[in-house]
Amino acid sequence: MAQQEIEVILIRQLASYLAMPIVIVNSIGTLLFYNEPAEQLVAMRFEETGEMPEDEWANALMLTDEHDMPIAPEASPLVIALHERRPAHRAMWSQGPDGVRRHVEVTAFPLIGQAGRALGAVAIFWEVKHV
Amino acid sequence: MIVTLWGTRGSLATPGAATTRYGGNTSCASVYGPDGTVLVLDAGTGIRPLGMALPRSLRRVDICLTHLHLDHIQGLGFFAPLYNPAVEVHIWGPASTTLSLRDRLMRYLSPPLFPIRLRELPCQLSLHETPCADFTIGEFRIASALICHPGPTVGYRITTADATLAYVTDHEPALGVPEFPLGGEWTSGYDLAAEADLLIHDAQYSSEEYAQYVGWGHSSLQHAIAFAALARVQQVVLFHHDPGHTDQDIDRLTAEAIAATRPTFAVTPGAEGCVFELGSR
Repeated sequence: MAQQEIEVILIRQLASYLAMPIVIVNSIGTLLFYNEPAEQLVAMRFEETGEMPEDEWANALMLTDEHDMPIAPEASPLVIALHERRPAHRAMWSQGPDGVRRHVEVTAFPLIGQAGRALGAVAIFWEVKHV
Repeated sequence: MIVTLWGTRGSLATPGAATTRYGGNTSCASVYGPDGTVLVLDAGTGIRPLGMALPRSLRRVDICLTHLHLDHIQGLGFFAPLYNPAVEVHIWGPASTTLSLRDRLMRYLSPPLFPIRLRELPCQLSLHETPCADFTIGEFRIASALICHPGPTVGYRITTADATLAYVTDHEPALGVPEFPLGGEWTSGYDLAAEADLLIHDAQYSSEEYAQYVGWGHSSLQHAIAFAALARVQQVVLFHHDPGHTDQDIDRLTAEAIAATRPTFAVTPGAEGCVFELGSR
């Protein structure tokens, strides 16, 4: 398998050290990596799922808004950052394979490398704690 | 191709009695192609004696800079072909996200750091930014790619019909990798080095020193050998020696690294004047 771009390697290494849930996709939408905090959030383990094409990861979670209405995959921040190459942020409820609904805020941004190369996008999740 | 090392030291030139065998000049290597093409890798202080050794009949020389840290460009202003109007000098190297290669080089080649400005050099100068699509210089096919080191830094893979050289110095592929190495897909520099006949690679630190300098952009000797094993190279030259390492230190550290990693390929500590002949021509 060909080597990833250096910027992608570095951001994966950074993500693997951070305590915030982070998901990284490449320029064609393939999910390349999600870190351990993200594993808890999506109720999947990267070691088990490995890389996933966009149509698979975009539908792996059931996303709903504050009115419990479904959020289309193309309206999710990560997909917007990837395809529209702009940052995006929104609050939502996420339900993974474990059936647990989690209130999260998601910030996503396009990953632009040296010489303006579009390398993919990164999403950071913030779980909203209800007390 | 014939590869000659003209400077193997990292960070700072270190002439003196303690460095006579491995040398004190900073990074520079020359590559002669089977048909006479001359390629220069980096322009550390080792480029000055290289420039003096080039044939007077030479009409073109290409310099591939990995990055613009001073130990890799300090000799540039003392490279004799730059002052010969009959010679085409092509300099290849990385721009930054905001400055062109020319603007970056002008910072060094201008007063007060240097008395002569880039635009005043008498040679026929051309600048080319890397990394870029694969390019050809004479009989060399050259690939360039960004590698893990602070600031824009590229490595080079130079191929002829029957030999491949990988020049990947100032490189810290182990950064952020708890159990180095990961697979090739997730290792900086892997594509450049894969199955090369000769890999010239950063080996600045002992393992103990590396632990103190994580993130500074360099490798331990053991990491260099592990990277070479991952890339399945035929031979690795340990390069960019720490200025604090004497000849005896380099001998000892190399022996310790080999004992710890048990490589199945040749491991050679880079020494000024070392010559490697690759391929049949």
